Amino acid sequence: MTTKATRAETCVLACAEAWRGAGEVLASPMGTIPAIGARLAKLTFSPDLLLTDGEALLIGDVPAIGAKAEVVEGWLPYRQHLALVATGRRHVMMGASQLDRHGNQNISCIGDWTRPVRQLLGVRGAPVNTLNNPTSYWVPRHSRRVFVEHVDMVCGVGYDRAAAAGPSATRYHRIAHVVTDLGAFDFETPDRTMRLRSLHPGVTVEQVAEATGFPLTIPDEVPYTREPTDAELRLIREVIDPKGTREREVPPA
Amino acid sequence: MTPEEAVGRLRSGMTIGIGGWGARRKPMALVRALLRSDITDLTVVSYGGPDVGLLAAAGKVRKLVSAFATLDSIPLEPHFTAARQRGAFELVELDEAMFMWGLTAAVHRLPFMPIRAGLASDVMRVNPQLRTVRSPYDDGEELAAVPALRLDAALVHLNRADVHGNGQYLGPDPYFDDLFCEAADAAYVSCERIVDTADLLKEAGPQTLLVKRAFMDGVVETPNGAHFTSCAPDYDRDEAFQRAYAQAARDPEAWRAFADRFLSGDEDAYQAAVAAFHKEEA
Repeated sequence: MTTKATRAETCVLACAEAWRGAGEVLASPMGTIPAIGARLAKLTFSPDLLLTDGEALLIGDVPAIGAKAEVVEGWLPYRQHLALVATGRRHVMMGASQLDRHGNQNISCIGDWTRPVRQLLGVRGAPVNTLNNPTSYWVPRHSRRVFVEHVDMVCGVGYDRAAAAGPSATRYHRIAHVVTDLGAFDFETPDRTMRLRSLHPGVTVEQVAEATGFPLTIPDEVPYTREPTDAELRLIREVIDPKGTREREVPPA
Repeated sequence: MTPEEAVGRLRSGMTIGIGGWGARRKPMALVRALLRSDITDLTVVSYGGPDVGLLAAAGKVRKLVSAFATLDSIPLEPHFTAARQRGAFELVELDEAMFMWGLTAAVHRLPFMPIRAGLASDVMRVNPQLRTVRSPYDDGEELAAVPALRLDAALVHLNRADVHGNGQYLGPDPYFDDLFCEAADAAYVSCERIVDTADLLKEAGPQTLLVKRAFMDGVVETPNGAHFTSCAPDYDRDEAFQRAYAQAARDPEAWRAFADRFLSGDEDAYQAAVAAFHKEEA
């Protein structure tokens, strides 16, 4: 029997679940644990997913993290990648330096945009992603610094902002999941605000509420995040991430 | 043409597009020539990498048009972040796809292109000049109207070119170098090697011939001219050197020493200093 899943492995599984039922679309994971999750989804319940080598190639096999793909099934240079976003046939999981209860995300800068206290990446493709294809977020360290009342710069568009901008903004907009080291979240509430969907084993509701800088919708009964099956654990440990890079992104709790 | 001759065609105050992407196939030898010139007050249009960092550190940027600046393997460009935090230049921050659409509008000689991206995001807030446009058809959709990003000049780096300016990329991604050249009034390509026109198809098929001589005003042969960014398949990113660059960029004292060592001479001196750096590291 395999040993119990680590926190990082639970996170991998929760990320993989973002691509369940996605069909034949490009999985664009950003971050190590989402990358392992996308590969796990492809090797198990979502075999039709498309994956890239992180640059311009669509790969036909599922290499281990850090290993080179041996099979190339397509070409996806940046210009085609941007076009693919607009077709909607993609589900991206981005990072977030800040995220609010409506799903607005910031990766650009902290503080006043005209003279930021801390310049980060810039908006990158967050505006085009969120208005065109399903978008999820991965936050390896759940804290009040990330989960804030208001983000300083709206890069990824949340539900309130999309609604205010009208039908062109809402037409293809969907924030599907938020996965953190503490739990999994969604926006399946009447007013489309963030809801605790499941707790990772060992985490309490109080712990999550304490680490979140806005009121979270917490159902009366919160399930625990599904434990990986033995087969899934074997895939994570022996096939996709034998070097254990996942434990560096989320250290054992 | 030499890097100095290419840069000699540029003027202070120009809007200059720089090809490549992040820390990938940037025309770094041309950027280094710009650093040695007295040209300043530039509007730089770039999918930003160390090109933006170096120009910002040298105080040559008045305005930057970009969606990001990154060193790829190092997420944040330290000179870019420092320059933003001290308010060193004006920024037009666009989404990556908006940026591509702006270049495309310029290539097509159109005033704008409609795009969904940008709506509802703070890109519209921080760029109050951006307008929306309503579809004249039954859908009635209101979309962002990205203005054309017309350029005075473009600088790109490719793997091969002939002397006439037919340029070829041999790596996995063309990035947007053809758009930069066609959106510009004048374009300059540096390349790893100038080859005979008749030899252009010896290494790869015709679809790798990315830029056409009709859009090119100068060709510069600069072996290792994208260093320290990647220029696959000729070479990968010089990660050790990039780490040294990023580390130096975080401290004014260390940066002065780095600039003295690597950026105080011409391109040959730079390449010799890089070779010496690797000998020391080995």
